[in-house]
Amino acid sequence: MTLSEAPLRPRAEALGQSLPALLASAEHLASTVMLGEHGRRRAGMGDEFWQYRPTHAGDPVRLIDWRRSARSDAHFVREREWQAAQSVSLWVDPSKSMGFSGDKSRAPKADRARLLALALAILLLRGGERVGLAGDAAPPRSGRAQLLRLCDFLETSDASADYGRPDARGLVSHGRAVFLSDFLGDIAGVEDGLARAADKGVRGALIQILDPAEEEFPFDGRTIFQSMGGSLSHETLRAGDLRARYLARLAERKDKLQSLARATGWHYHCHHTGGGALPALLWAYRALEDRR
Amino acid sequence: MWMLGPLGFISPWLLLGLMGLPILWLLLRAVPPAPIKRLFPGVALLLGLTDETPETDKTPWWLLLLRMLAVGGAIVAFAGPVVNPQTRDPGTGPLLILLDASWADARDWPRRIDRAAALIEDAGRTGRPVAVVRLTDAPTLPAFQAADSLAGRMALLAPQAWAPGEMAAWANTLPEGDFDSFWLSDGLAHPGREDLLAALELHGSVSVFQSPRPVLALQPAKFDEGVIKLSALRLPAKDDVSIEVSARGPDPSGIDRELARLPLAFAAGADTATAELSLPPELRNRLTRFEIAGIRSAGAVSLTDDSLKRRKIALISGATQDREGLQLLSPTHYLRKALAPVADLIDGSLDDVLLASPDVIVLADVAKLTETETEGLLKWLDKGGLLLRFAGPRLAASDIDRADEDPLMPVRLRQGGRSVGGAMSWGEPKTLAPFPEGSPFHGLAVPDEVTVSQQVLAQPDPDLPARTIAALADGTPLVTRKDVGLGQVVLVHVTANAEWSNLPLSGLFVQMLERLAVSTRPAAPTAEDLAGQTWVPVVVLNAYGEAKDAGEVAGVEGAVLAGGLKTGPAPNLPPGLFAGDDRRVALNVIGADTVLAPAVWPASISVEGLEGAREQALKGAFLAGALALLLIDILASLWISGRLSGAIARRSTVSVIVALVCLAITPGDLRADEADDFAIAATSGVVLGHILTGDARVDDVAHAGLVGLGERLFERTSVEPLPPMAINLETDELAFFPFLYWPISISQPLPSAAAYAKLNRYLRTGGMILFDTRDGDVAGFGGSTPEAQQLQTLAAALDVPPLEPIPKDHVLGRTFYLLQDFPGRNAGQTIWVEASPPDAEQVDGMPFRNLNDGVTPVVIGGNDWASAWAVDAQGLAMFPVGRGFAGERQREMANRFGVNLIMYVLTGNYKSDQVHVPALLERLGQ
Repeated sequence: MTLSEAPLRPRAEALGQSLPALLASAEHLASTVMLGEHGRRRAGMGDEFWQYRPTHAGDPVRLIDWRRSARSDAHFVREREWQAAQSVSLWVDPSKSMGFSGDKSRAPKADRARLLALALAILLLRGGERVGLAGDAAPPRSGRAQLLRLCDFLETSDASADYGRPDARGLVSHGRAVFLSDFLGDIAGVEDGLARAADKGVRGALIQILDPAEEEFPFDGRTIFQSMGGSLSHETLRAGDLRARYLARLAERKDKLQSLARATGWHYHCHHTGGGALPALLWAYRALEDRR
Repeated sequence: MWMLGPLGFISPWLLLGLMGLPILWLLLRAVPPAPIKRLFPGVALLLGLTDETPETDKTPWWLLLLRMLAVGGAIVAFAGPVVNPQTRDPGTGPLLILLDASWADARDWPRRIDRAAALIEDAGRTGRPVAVVRLTDAPTLPAFQAADSLAGRMALLAPQAWAPGEMAAWANTLPEGDFDSFWLSDGLAHPGREDLLAALELHGSVSVFQSPRPVLALQPAKFDEGVIKLSALRLPAKDDVSIEVSARGPDPSGIDRELARLPLAFAAGADTATAELSLPPELRNRLTRFEIAGIRSAGAVSLTDDSLKRRKIALISGATQDREGLQLLSPTHYLRKALAPVADLIDGSLDDVLLASPDVIVLADVAKLTETETEGLLKWLDKGGLLLRFAGPRLAASDIDRADEDPLMPVRLRQGGRSVGGAMSWGEPKTLAPFPEGSPFHGLAVPDEVTVSQQVLAQPDPDLPARTIAALADGTPLVTRKDVGLGQVVLVHVTANAEWSNLPLSGLFVQMLERLAVSTRPAAPTAEDLAGQTWVPVVVLNAYGEAKDAGEVAGVEGAVLAGGLKTGPAPNLPPGLFAGDDRRVALNVIGADTVLAPAVWPASISVEGLEGAREQALKGAFLAGALALLLIDILASLWISGRLSGAIARRSTVSVIVALVCLAITPGDLRADEADDFAIAATSGVVLGHILTGDARVDDVAHAGLVGLGERLFERTSVEPLPPMAINLETDELAFFPFLYWPISISQPLPSAAAYAKLNRYLRTGGMILFDTRDGDVAGFGGSTPEAQQLQTLAAALDVPPLEPIPKDHVLGRTFYLLQDFPGRNAGQTIWVEASPPDAEQVDGMPFRNLNDGVTPVVIGGNDWASAWAVDAQGLAMFPVGRGFAGERQREMANRFGVNLIMYVLTGNYKSDQVHVPALLERLGQ
């Protein structure tokens, strides 16, 4: 055993342990959705058989499936399932601020973001879409193998900056994109990312993931607030007095995001780690399915 | 000691520490609360926000004040503050400690002993010799000893259950020379106290200790006009106080219990309080004592004797009550008049009154009795009843008891009777002969005016003289008596009214009834009643009012007892219950006319313990206060620094509110809920139960045993029991359980009467109890092991049918497995079940007898089955059984017995029915 192997192996083992867990919980989350009415189950262009239907006036004769029609008096047309692949890029904020959790019993925001992203990826991959990560790391591909790749990249995403900046590189033109972050950093980064996405004709969804502590600001007394990376700090003697103004600023930030999204044809959703992940997943799936 | 007004300090120099408080003020004031560092991503939104109100970065003044108070309180506490400190000057020379040591001292005896012990300790330090005397003892010369040798003996001193005798006698036995005296008085006036005090003052200084607590005493209960009248005395008479008097006696199963309780209220300034207690006769006759609840003193206890007891007497007359207006001719009129004040009379038909089990049944001129009435009367007589019959025209005219002796008559009667001294007959009405020796009436004076003009005559029989207990002057029997079973039949050969004799009009009649124990004596016994007998104490009270078995205390002469009843108990006559030939007399500390008078001390004597202000150390209070302030300071500091977040505060508030609401719910609701939960748990499946014995180990093994048995049943049969439940006999309902396992433990207290009633109801309505004495390894069943004796005690009040050792063909041996013996952890001991009916016979060719009726309600054995069944949490056997393979075989047999037993409980005699299958098939074939 060499010295260089020593740190690698525990990391690999930890990764190996967490991968199936994240994947399993994402699969579990996704499976609850598949039971619903959502899905791409409709007639269209494709290879798979979809259904026989009685012929309407105007159907070309060559579409008639004679084998089926010979078994009854009416004529039937054989329809194939509509298959059209869409490219979806996911951006999960890897910054340190996503590592915040307001309560020991709650997982950090990053966990929820990864879970949502992966579950969404599972749903989309099952639906036959191509899913990838924003940036160059994992371009959109279909198939189950892509899922493992996504999982791998999501787990190893490094956290360097205090606040994340949406990565609009690698977005497929006229594709879809989902940005998952707390969007608490500089709003200019979001504006920039959305603008570049809109330039490429990409539509998608902003999912703001907040901890309940960030919504409530349950602090009081003399406090020094620091950002997760320590780059920002603010000292107050009476934290309770700041609550109202903080909440006002937060609401303002949400409004800003909402209006940005509306301007670029995106959807905006605010999700709290205090609640369950399923509503957010449903919302995201609906938002992507929306084809106007 | 340094004094500050009424406050003294034990170590006042510690108060100098208070000077340090201003320094603390400066130090604390300069240090603001430390900031908390929080990681918070939302800080990006906070940038640029400033505090609206500039907060001081110093500690707020009120928090400072809080801390200063806490520290100051602690300093003061350690300086040892004492309110009203008492300074005593140590004396010199010998010290004589006198204790009244009477019943009135018992209420706070430990305090007196502590006081005396402290004195002895003080004296020991200064080398003074000490002597201790109890004034309730006979006067002896007190011997001064070294304090050390006395100190250990103080704890052995006990108060006496009587008052000190003549104290002047002690004055003559005081030692020579000078000595100081310390007198621990009981606060009551006793004769000769002044003389003794004067004698003591001649020798040196005298100081007195007297408890300020009131003395409470209970006077003997009186029975008057159908109610029990109780009165209590107290000294001193101050505020209005309410006390409770508890009436105790044995319950139906013989266990001493409180039968009634009534409050007694002293009005302000009144020294007596009275109340009336009305009890049904059955309860009243069982009373043994009254006591003031919560007071341990012989004066607060009043034993009851025969004067409270009333016999239940049924009056039955043969005459039909149609002669309205002729009451004086009614056969029972005089009886009613004589008995009504001293007994409880029952009316009704003979069948009805037998149900009320009276002590005495009086049949006035009743000749004919039905078959069932005769049977009932005989049964009642066997149990100790007294049947008192009076003759009369009907009896004389009837033909019963002529040729053969009627079982309900003491002697045979001659036809017709006789009439003397009437208009149509010769001779004078006969007078009574003096009562012979051996007759219950012996000693009663016979008045000359009592005459008999008509009577029924007894047939001359060999045993007639022995049965005659009163005769006429000419020797003809007037009253005859015969023993039947435990009871007796008495026949008075004249009528109960004045038709045949004027005996019922005389005082002798009442006395005769009393001697026959038909009536009981009214009120207190007189000296004449007591004289001439030796009275043996049955129960003796000690000074604390505890009743002790008298043991070998010698009996006393009647005269002494009569004197004691007047003047109270004495060393040779302890308070208690004394039994004579035919009655019991209670000698109580407090007589009917006892008066509590306070001890009066001259002004020159200092009386300790009575002054209003008592020495009281405040160290604890100050320390507790300081600690409380510090706790508040913790909360306040947290709040100031924002660590006491709103969420925590809200959560704790909610929990406090929840706790208060829980407390507010009435316990009754909780109990009802618990009972419901218990019922639901016990009835949601087959639940085996075991009785809690109070011995935790036995209970645990029983529980584990039933768990193991339940698992075996689950594995092998279609019975799938739920986890077993432990059953408290006193509180839990038994009816839910088909089967109860009752391991016998010698530590188990006797169940209450209600629990026994529940058990009997359970056994009668189809429940089964497996009694396990667990002693099969050391004794055969029925041996004298403690467990076997305990089982006998426990089961005495149970409604258990006749038992027999389990027969070979008992259905228990084939309900599931075929078993020959029934081992547990012990093997080879017989087990006992309900006896099979005597007419059960084995038919030829049949393997079993025809025993189709009844499931035995009890199975009794000593094989310690629970230990053999018991499994631990892992399902492994808890205890080894036997050795090796044979032992495992024995455990398997024990398990099979358990399975068989539960099958027997659940299916009854179903397996017994199987023997009829051949016969049934044969019938169907026809």
